[in-house]
Amino acid sequence: MAIGVKVLDRPIEQTSYIRATLSGMARTFRHMVDPHKVTTQYPEQKDAISPRWRGTHRMLTTEDGKAKCVACGLCPSVCPANCIKLVPGEDEQGNRYPLVFEIDEFRCIFCGYCQEVCPEEAIHVGRHYENAEYSREGFVYDLERLMAQTHPVCEMWDPADPKGE
Amino acid sequence: MSAMHPVLAQIALAPPGLHLADSFREPSFGVWLLATILKMVVFFTIYLVTVAMLTLAERKVSAWMQGRLGPNRVGPGGLLQPAADGLKNIMKEETAPPFGAGALFTLGPAMAFIPALMTWAVIPFAAPWDSSWGRIELALAPLPVGFLYILAIASLGIYGIVIAGWASNNKYSLLGGLRSSAQMVSYEISMGMSTIPVLLLAGNVALNDIVQQQAAIGWNVLNLTIAFFVFLVAAFAETNRLPFDLPEAESELITGYHTEYSSMKFSMFFIAEYANMLTASALLSTLFFGGWDIPFTLWDNLAPHTGLKTLLTFLVFFAKTLFFVFTFMWVRWTLPRFRYDQLMALGWRFMLPVALGYIVIVASAVLALDYFDVPLRGPFGLSPFGLALLALNVVLCIVLFVWLDRGRIISPASARVSGAELARLRAAAVQRHARQTALTTEAGD
Repeated sequence: MAIGVKVLDRPIEQTSYIRATLSGMARTFRHMVDPHKVTTQYPEQKDAISPRWRGTHRMLTTEDGKAKCVACGLCPSVCPANCIKLVPGEDEQGNRYPLVFEIDEFRCIFCGYCQEVCPEEAIHVGRHYENAEYSREGFVYDLERLMAQTHPVCEMWDPADPKGE
Repeated sequence: MSAMHPVLAQIALAPPGLHLADSFREPSFGVWLLATILKMVVFFTIYLVTVAMLTLAERKVSAWMQGRLGPNRVGPGGLLQPAADGLKNIMKEETAPPFGAGALFTLGPAMAFIPALMTWAVIPFAAPWDSSWGRIELALAPLPVGFLYILAIASLGIYGIVIAGWASNNKYSLLGGLRSSAQMVSYEISMGMSTIPVLLLAGNVALNDIVQQQAAIGWNVLNLTIAFFVFLVAAFAETNRLPFDLPEAESELITGYHTEYSSMKFSMFFIAEYANMLTASALLSTLFFGGWDIPFTLWDNLAPHTGLKTLLTFLVFFAKTLFFVFTFMWVRWTLPRFRYDQLMALGWRFMLPVALGYIVIVASAVLALDYFDVPLRGPFGLSPFGLALLALNVVLCIVLFVWLDRGRIISPASARVSGAELARLRAAAVQRHARQTALTTEAGD
């Protein structure tokens, strides 16, 4: 007899295949008629996602509709995936603004460092997951697109309030 | 009918007004031909639509049993899912294995499906209809040797799978084909043997007579309970449904004999599985659940055979068949697959002796009941003959399922290990467990 054969703990006289079968069938029948089903009817019905969910980005805007970004360059520096492309510009008053601000969402690893590092609370990772596109180019979000996003943004983890209370 | 079995003879004479061998008018050849063609067209349509819907039903039932909802996107409640599946399968690329046997490769799926369809030729699916053009039998070809025909055709079903397994030129497919041939040959014997008591009781092999006999003395599931159980288990084995799906065995054989099939050929195996299931269910209801007989009344069995009776009996037959189809699905989503040795042991060491012994018991019982002139029809529509057989079956069921079912029907792997060896293995297992626990605790520290 080979080692590792599973040995039944009960003596053989106490095992009954038919009784076990019938009780199993009763169990499956109860499950069948039970109206409670666990299926989520996506897309009509969506599960709530965590407030700390980190999805595709969103650029917040000021009241006059401009991006809050001051092109300080912190987010491309901190980005571990190197997916943010930023070309800073400066207007007549000396205010810095991004000439080009692009995020390649395919390269992004959704770590949320950009949101954490941003001094102006301009760039955010969003609570959003339906991102399908027909082409790879579609996943490079430019400034206009980032500003046009409307989904809620991530509430970053706060060390002072680790449980988010 | 001079050599009529005593049971049938008694039915023919039995009051009150139970004229089962009633007189009727034969239809003319033209009417017969037209009726047969119509029957075939209507039957074929209903059958194939039902088979298609069963593929949906299986997914729905499995989903419900697992707390899900099942397919519900195509059409209302997912009703058009089979159409979508069919369309998808037709559009898919068809691949054939190199070095495979080409013609046989195509023949396999067809051979799997055709016997299931052919069996239906003799199954009576409703009471005969005495139209103004003469009597129209509601079976496609009401053969007087109906049951023998079924046994002959049922044994053809294995060829499709074996041919498919062979022609695929694939190890797993071949193993699946071999397993299925071993399994079907083993269980066909018990299946045939379990039906002998039915024939003993009916005294005839024409299926319509078997139905009428059950109407008179009660359904065979009560008269011949053990035979019913043996037939049920054998039917599961013959249709390769869980817990007997060893020929497919996804986890061992990568779906076995249809590994190499794709597109519509794969679909054909799928259809064949459900067609076989439907056929087995129809046989179960015909042989043991009274066929088209409406329970608790003889109204449907007696003349005049109106169209209404035909329609109602058809619905009853359909309901019974669907109930068994549901049972097939129910069992599939409950039980795990047998081991190969369990399968063989169950077939040869349990089912066959039980079926053989049961023939002897039923034959003696019928002989004894005939000797003491136990009447077929008694007061309150009860049949003393049937009740006597029922009492016998209750005793036998208790013996079989309470006393005999103690690790003997399906045995665990340790069943053939001696007591001393078993004790040693158990001790070793305990030691090994203790050693592992000690190791993990150490690693944790």
